[in-house]
Amino acid sequence: MTASKALKGDGLMIEFKNVSKTFTSGKRKVHAVNDVSFTVERGDIFGIIGFSGAGKSTLLRLVNMLERPTSGAVYIQGVDISKLSQKDLRKQRQNIGMIFQNFNLFNARTVAGNVAYPLKLAGTPKQEREKRVMELLRFVGLEDKAKDFPDQLSGGQKQRVGIARALANSPDILICDEATSALDPDTTADILKLLKNVNRDLGITILLITHEMDVIQQICNKVAVMEKGEVIEAGDVFETFTAPKHPTTKRFVQSVQQDLPSKHILEKWQSNGGETLYRVLFKGDITNEPILSTVTRKYEVDFNIVYGSVQELQEKLFGNLLISFTGDKSAIEQVLQELESIVDIKEVTKDESGLV
Amino acid sequence: MKVDWSNFWPQIVEATGQTITMVVMTLIFGSIIGITLGLLLFVTRENNILENKFVFQVLNIIINIIRPIPFIIFIVAISQLTRLVVGTTIGTAAAIFPMTIVASFTIARVVENNLVSIDPGVIEAAQAMGASPLRIIFTVLIPEALGPLILGLTFVSVGLIDFSAVAGTVGGGGLGHIAMTYGYQRFDGTVMLVTVVILIVMVQLAQWIGNTLSKLVMRR
Ligand SMILES: Nc1ncnc2c1ncn2[C@@H]1O[C@H](COP(=O)(O)OP(=O)(O)OP(=O)(O)O)[C@@H](O)[C@H]1O
Ligand SMILES: [Mg+2]
Repeated sequence: MTASKALKGDGLMIEFKNVSKTFTSGKRKVHAVNDVSFTVERGDIFGIIGFSGAGKSTLLRLVNMLERPTSGAVYIQGVDISKLSQKDLRKQRQNIGMIFQNFNLFNARTVAGNVAYPLKLAGTPKQEREKRVMELLRFVGLEDKAKDFPDQLSGGQKQRVGIARALANSPDILICDEATSALDPDTTADILKLLKNVNRDLGITILLITHEMDVIQQICNKVAVMEKGEVIEAGDVFETFTAPKHPTTKRFVQSVQQDLPSKHILEKWQSNGGETLYRVLFKGDITNEPILSTVTRKYEVDFNIVYGSVQELQEKLFGNLLISFTGDKSAIEQVLQELESIVDIKEVTKDESGLV
Repeated sequence: MKVDWSNFWPQIVEATGQTITMVVMTLIFGSIIGITLGLLLFVTRENNILENKFVFQVLNIIINIIRPIPFIIFIVAISQLTRLVVGTTIGTAAAIFPMTIVASFTIARVVENNLVSIDPGVIEAAQAMGASPLRIIFTVLIPEALGPLILGLTFVSVGLIDFSAVAGTVGGGGLGHIAMTYGYQRFDGTVMLVTVVILIVMVQLAQWIGNTLSKLVMRR
């Protein structure tokens, strides 16, 4: 495995330009992908999330022309791949590794045989091929399984073989269709770690699709949210997690970040004469400083953290706290004003808490 | 009339040879044509690697027309074509021709059915790696379906032993002919018994070979 890989290719790896894909079965038309535009840059781990039927798989399959766009174009490193001849397309596909939810290994071939297959397609000489296969199996931690058949492997091991096979021809791009959806949480974490290594150590750009926000949170730097064939929100993972705009995005974010205690607890808080709750969001490095205590001490106000979490996202910290204040009314006003200028603070409305 | 066993044995041996020739030759020709047709039928299906409605429909219809015809009627129905191709309608060679046609179409269906059971995801994976359709046929479809394919061919060859006996009754020679002329028309139970035993042994042998081979490729 060479590190020089990281320098290959220009900035734009994948570019979707007004891409639509409509399936026609009889009289029924399904707009699986509808006017989608976004770009994946070199070095990205770009995640697409959406509920079942949102069009994620179709979108992914457009990247290597397993599905042809009805309109619009997909550019891979600047080339409109729908315009390639069959022969050039096959060559291009060797530059785009693909892994699948159900692994799709060749059952009649050994682990080594599976990994060797794409190398044979590329015409790699036998000796070099064998060396490369062992190198790849070592990378995914399966060198002792070379002679086994896929039906002798666990799900996680199968996906490792899938990854080794997809990386065989040193592609610039790796696309993953729900690569961890068939795996248990521990194995999922292992595979995600492996994908992160693929991105960081081999400089391979990754486009993955998932329905689990967890996966996005753990390895992606960019995210696009899909619904009914459209990309409804896209951007930096940290931005999207800390300030989701679309309701569907909010739902996905909430699936991994509980940002409110249960209604039961809130009701108890209220019936015990609890004060107004404020939500404070800390982003990035401000979290290192004792802002809350500094400001409240200044105005002689006390604060009480009722609920909250601090999470790491994209190697940055993100705090989400519910706080109440006790003290002089006007002093609290001043505290709020001063905090507003430093962090994101908002009153938790009755609407949000579900208490009326 | 009593059968003279001293010169009857050589006749049995010859007839067994004829039956084996018919079955083996039909299996060879039928496999070549049938596997080709089966692959064609599969890859030209909707959404498959060489989707082609016209080719698929034509093949499909021909197979559906030929297969339900009872073999004994089929032999007679195409006897003019047999004469044209083989030069005669009597004898082993003349029996192989109609047997090959029927075997080809049967094998085509067996092959198609086995290929349909391959996970489409595996074919898609090969496509995504940049494999051409022809490459997929030889390096994915055939190897992935080989085990069941051998069992399917075994099933067909057992059926062919049956067909060869039918062909024997209408001039094809072989054990079917012996059984008919000596066993049935002259009411000789011993002859009947001998031919039946030989046929059973042949079927068992064919099944055993098929099972062993398929086990070998399926590693199970
Ligand atoms: N080959 C096809 N023919 C017809 N309709 C299709 C085809 N492939 C996908 N669709 C339809 O397109 C829509 C999007 O499907 P797609 O598989 O892309 O969704 P998805 O987001 O990957 O869903 P999941 O999470 O369930 O895998 C669905 O309504 C699906 O039924
Ligand atoms: Mg999908």
